[in-house]
Amino acid sequence: MSTVLEVHDIHKSFGGVHAVNGVSFDVAEGEILGIIGPNGSGKSTLFNCILGQLALTAGSVRLDGRDVTGLRPSRLNRLGVSRTFQLLQIFPQLTVRENLILAGQEHRSTMLGRLFGARDAGLTEAAERMIAFFRLGHLADEPAGGLSYGQQKLLDAAMAFMAGPRLVLLDEPAGGVNPTMLGDLKERLQAINRESNATFVVIEHNMEFVMALCRRILVLVEGRLIAEGPPEAIRRDPRVIEAYLGN
Amino acid sequence: MRSRWLLLLLLAAIVVLALVPLGLQRYGTYILTLWLVTAVAALGVNLIVGYAGQETLAQAAFLGIGAYTTALLTQAGVPFGFAFLVSGLASFAVGLVIGFPALRVQKHYLAFVTLAFSVFVWLVFRNEEWLTGGVMGIMGIKRPVLAGISLRPALHFYWFVLAISTVLTFAMWWLLRSPWGRAFTALRENPIRAESLGIDVRRYTLLAFAIGSAYGGFAGSLYAPLVEFIDPAPFALGPSFLFLLMVVVGGAGSFFGPFIGAAVAVLLPEWLRFAQSYYLIIYALLVIVLMAFCPSGIAGLAARLASRLRKAPVPADAKPGRANLGAAAKPEARA
Repeated sequence: MSTVLEVHDIHKSFGGVHAVNGVSFDVAEGEILGIIGPNGSGKSTLFNCILGQLALTAGSVRLDGRDVTGLRPSRLNRLGVSRTFQLLQIFPQLTVRENLILAGQEHRSTMLGRLFGARDAGLTEAAERMIAFFRLGHLADEPAGGLSYGQQKLLDAAMAFMAGPRLVLLDEPAGGVNPTMLGDLKERLQAINRESNATFVVIEHNMEFVMALCRRILVLVEGRLIAEGPPEAIRRDPRVIEAYLGN
Repeated sequence: MRSRWLLLLLLAAIVVLALVPLGLQRYGTYILTLWLVTAVAALGVNLIVGYAGQETLAQAAFLGIGAYTTALLTQAGVPFGFAFLVSGLASFAVGLVIGFPALRVQKHYLAFVTLAFSVFVWLVFRNEEWLTGGVMGIMGIKRPVLAGISLRPALHFYWFVLAISTVLTFAMWWLLRSPWGRAFTALRENPIRAESLGIDVRRYTLLAFAIGSAYGGFAGSLYAPLVEFIDPAPFALGPSFLFLLMVVVGGAGSFFGPFIGAAVAVLLPEWLRFAQSYYLIIYALLVIVLMAFCPSGIAGLAARLASRLRKAPVPADAKPGRANLGAAAKPEARA
């Protein structure tokens, strides 16, 4: 299996605070990698660094062997890297369908093609499939802002998959989602992973969810990786238990 | 379906507008023409502010750039059509440059940047006498001749402006319904998410400024031959504020908002002529009351009334009105 993402010795400081302090890891193609850690351990900052949302203090990021350090998020997205957000990030005044078309349109055609071409950028069918896949069918024409929290969460995930990305970074996909919908979400994510061989990196606080979803888990504490391994090993690792419960 | 009805409505409105001045005096026709020119510039502000969620206090400056460009070029013997295109292109280019600060600063800081630009342009108009004539302005700007027909009569020129405004309105309509329009809305609603979905926020922000400013330039190019004499006054900071006000009063982010706002701005002074110097006070009070009760402007007020009227007799299973892309207002942010 080839390596999709290589993160090498990433550092990020805000003034005197080292939010991310020398993190390195690889992600293999088709893998679902979990990243866990207590609040404030630097998980979301790490995502923002990988995705070009924040400028790195030091380190490098490679996608399929190509150096993508410092590329703008939109550029990286068009190279096949997608994400979801910890706090909901949808377009509340657009309908569910419009949200999804928006999520795919920049991957189609050229700037001029998008100006003079079809209004839906040829994405209506793909949007319908995504709506059906995430079971949002009855809501397709509703403004996204009117959906329940859990439904918006599903839409957020659906948007990340709209352009058929190779690599998806999911920031707390399970946060605030009720148990029934959670099972749904897990099953949907696994289905996409199986069918399209998309690679996932998942930040998550819900241990049950992340352990069921991922084969390999990294543990981030105070900006450093302190452990790595399969869920069973991580569950028993004394360093991890100490980091979560204190000594 | 809905957009087809709107299109028919639009065509009907154009026919009505073409016939209205037949019952008007010369001055009435002039006011109607001024309304169209103002609305074109306001359309541009609506793109920048209402759809793309940026700020601009420089539209009058772009109106001026268009007006002076057209005045100088036509007096140098260049045909109007060419001067019109150059006016739009020049404003597009300058608007692109003005967009760059928007990539770094937002909200009221951005407003200040455009405000400073506005003052700068006005000073150029006033002080560079060798080019602009300074406070004396440029006199005797000729109205063009179209296919052998002189556009000098007020009615002819009105029809000419109506035709051009129609083309520009449809172009804006097309733009906002294209994926570009969706991307502009995305800038307004959530730029960080937009960027993560591959939408090049920088490019679209610059384009919003450039296209919106070009509409100011086109309007200016029509304004110069309309008034036949230009000086720096109508391109100062105050009128730029008025353009922003028009968009907010009409309904920011509503397609027809600028037409309503421009109508209020152009017609209200005429109707309130009896009030003389109290006119601005009355205008200000009206704006305060409107903003307090309906931040989505007159278009928002109309939509609210329409939905209330629709709700009463229609059976309960009817779908609520779809918040379509074109009508997406921005209530809280503009309040």
